[in-house]
Amino acid sequence: MSAPVEETEKPNIDIDRSVGDFRYDVDYAYDAGVGLTEATIDYICDVKQDPEWVREFRKDGYRKFLEKPMPTHWASHDLDNIVFENIRYYLSQGVTPSRTWDDVPEEMKQTFERLGIPEQERKFLAGVEAQFDSEAAYSNIKAAVGEQGVIFVGSTEGLHKHPEIFRKWFGKVIPSSDNKFSALNSAVFSGGSFIYVPPGVKVKHPLQAYFRINAQNFGQFERTLIIADEGSEVMYMEGCTAPKFETATLHSAVVELVALKGAKIQYVTVQNWSPNVFNLVTKRGLAHEDAEIKWIDCNIGSRLTMKYPGVIMKGRRARGEVISIALASDGQHQDTGAKMIHAADDTTSNVVSKSISIGTGIATYRGLVDIPPHRKGCKNNTECDALLINSHSRTDTYPAIVTRGNQNACQHEASVSKVNAEQIFYMQQRGLSEGEAMSLAVNGFVNDLVREFPMEYSVELKRLIDLEMEGSVG
Amino acid sequence: MTSAPEHSVIPEPAAPAANPFPAWFQAEQAAALADYEATPAPTRRDESWRFASLKALDLSAFVPAPPVASEGRLITASTGLGGDAAARLVFGNDTLLHRDAPALPPGVLVKPLAEAARENEALVREFFMAQPVELGSHKYAQLHRARLGGAGVLVHVPKNVEVALPIELFHWVEGENSSVFPHTLIVLGENAKVTVVDHFRSADGARAFACGINDFHLARGAQLTYVAVQDWSRDTLAFHLNSTVVGRDAQATALLMNFGGGHVRGESLSRLVEPGARSVMLSLNPLDGTRHLDQRTLQDHVATDTFSDLLYRNSLDDRSQVIFAGLIRPGVGAARTDGYQKMENLMLSEDAVAHAMPGLEILTDDVRCTHGATSGGVSADELFYMQARGIPENQGRRLIVAGFFRSLLDRIENDSLREKLGALVASRLEVIR
Repeated sequence: MSAPVEETEKPNIDIDRSVGDFRYDVDYAYDAGVGLTEATIDYICDVKQDPEWVREFRKDGYRKFLEKPMPTHWASHDLDNIVFENIRYYLSQGVTPSRTWDDVPEEMKQTFERLGIPEQERKFLAGVEAQFDSEAAYSNIKAAVGEQGVIFVGSTEGLHKHPEIFRKWFGKVIPSSDNKFSALNSAVFSGGSFIYVPPGVKVKHPLQAYFRINAQNFGQFERTLIIADEGSEVMYMEGCTAPKFETATLHSAVVELVALKGAKIQYVTVQNWSPNVFNLVTKRGLAHEDAEIKWIDCNIGSRLTMKYPGVIMKGRRARGEVISIALASDGQHQDTGAKMIHAADDTTSNVVSKSISIGTGIATYRGLVDIPPHRKGCKNNTECDALLINSHSRTDTYPAIVTRGNQNACQHEASVSKVNAEQIFYMQQRGLSEGEAMSLAVNGFVNDLVREFPMEYSVELKRLIDLEMEGSVG
Repeated sequence: MTSAPEHSVIPEPAAPAANPFPAWFQAEQAAALADYEATPAPTRRDESWRFASLKALDLSAFVPAPPVASEGRLITASTGLGGDAAARLVFGNDTLLHRDAPALPPGVLVKPLAEAARENEALVREFFMAQPVELGSHKYAQLHRARLGGAGVLVHVPKNVEVALPIELFHWVEGENSSVFPHTLIVLGENAKVTVVDHFRSADGARAFACGINDFHLARGAQLTYVAVQDWSRDTLAFHLNSTVVGRDAQATALLMNFGGGHVRGESLSRLVEPGARSVMLSLNPLDGTRHLDQRTLQDHVATDTFSDLLYRNSLDDRSQVIFAGLIRPGVGAARTDGYQKMENLMLSEDAVAHAMPGLEILTDDVRCTHGATSGGVSADELFYMQARGIPENQGRRLIVAGFFRSLLDRIENDSLREKLGALVASRLEVIR
């Protein structure tokens, strides 16, 4: 029942994409070439010196990837434009992540500089895992975090050095067969983070990783696994800007979170891929008794993003939360949402989603709330608000709520509106241009959610929204 | 991949010559049958059948309904909401058993569709099943068209005519595995006004198949109030596919009440084609036993300045299940759309299951569209409050369910109709434990 999106009558928005639009030549010492066959997987395994069980895991993922259909019976047909044969599945700057800042090549430092990882910030943050292409090129864990026993390494190092923790949960929250793209990730994953927080440890500073794509037609397949042991607390931040390319790029990450009894995990993402990137991500958390998992998710970039962070509330009184902001500009489709599975009694979940569609941008919310049989005391609250900026902007809302039994409660609410003309008029009267007024109104619309982000990100977010709103009216 | 079982097509009625329709209509029926056979059965991958129980759609056992055995009893039992009716038509197993029209203003047509296809060919050609069936049951709509027999009705109210009393139509099904295909086509001229009530009933508790379609067309300024009282046996598989097209400043109010049926699939489409068009879509469904209700709706805002308001309420007892999938769709250029959609489930038992999929597809910015969906049980505090005042728990629960539905009926503007519906609902809720 989807209607075609037609050309907008109003002039197209001219977004300044040159910010974050830069690329440096890289000598790809390890490049698996284009296309995906079993040989590609063997090549990746050999280069990364994967143990045998990982090789098996990858090959199983590959078989599932081939078996699984494209989800185009419900998702955007834009997916059909991905040409899997033209994608590079592995590219590495070297198998061993750089240890100190001095070891990082000068060119990369320049990239990081422009990415905005300032020296100052590094001192405050617990550790920076800056991913350059597939492999973590720089990994610096602050001594303080290490002393607490926190493990914060790349996923490759994680599976090599901490197999006893890694294997127990790896692929358990999101099985390879979950969907076509999680299967693809299982086959070719490289990069991403592995974090383990010991019992009772509360990590004071957010752990932060920047991701970066820097090769044409190159897909990133990070695999992140975060385990918060009993009573611990951790916040992880993932942000990305990407260079501009002319041909499509695929990004397909898998992120698994495990919060053991009483643990708390917050996972923050600011996604600003360039508008040729397919961003097809599977993110899910498993919350045990009294645990809490919170996804804070902001999608600004990419051509098509499909991302539905989920929480499986497995233990009693577990809590899941998704806070989501999506900004869909001309030519973009932000297809985001949330999944909440109330697998135990007295579990609660909250989903708040706000989207803004500009020009021909499409914002879609898809949600699933499921209360399995014989549960008691489960509660879900879902709110979706959409704002449309231009007359041909589009927004869709497709929630699915499954409630069983008489001792649970679910409520879902959604609204769609445009920016109030009177507000704009009021601001213009006081000397703001229409564009500034619009930008202010949009920032106001998302303000209560932006405040949920850590300070560094909320500042960046506000700046990004201003940037996206430039020239959107007129 | 799961899909509905392939159906043996319901065989031709014994005497094809008995088809009451003119040749041109029969030709369309033949084409529809071919299309029915060519159209694949729904599968799990069809979004419009998400969560649906496809196994229930097995039609292989059903046969054409034989002539009714208890004609007199059915006519006598065809009392409607109580009070006078402008016209009353009674059908048993797709055969007209009785008609009277004591209070029909001149020019108003209430007649079997087969008659209308001969005498008012232009009207039937223009409006009969003119809207595509978009919500998933195209195949079954084609089956309906192919097998439509004597149980179709045309209601036509010409320009500026108001029918004061309701028109009541009765569709009975009788006998094991009987299948019926009721159709109500309502065409209202400019500023015409009418209330039509469809009663769907089983003469016995037998297993049956009903595949009904309603077509409503409202010209400028017309006002339609439509009520369906669905009371099929608890072993009936039923399709009820409604489409409503609303013109300039016209208002359609449709209330669908599902008291019976074992497995019921309902599809309701309201298409607002001219500015000022309004559509109020209501449904009231007390479910119990193993009854299964699957409702899909579309509020299709085509023109500017249109209004729609949907409110569906279900109470779910025992092992009953409900699926609701609704969509508000303001198309490109449908500026100043005001769309609202609300569905609420009152869960009365531990084994009841509710699926809610309230959707929005917004293609233009100048709109105000909201939806809400809630599911929850009866509050223990409220029951306790009533118990503390001497109201036993069972009765307290019944009061809460009654109140839940009563406030929905408040959307019916006609006082006398609202009162009658209130009495009907109250009598049906007495069975709630």
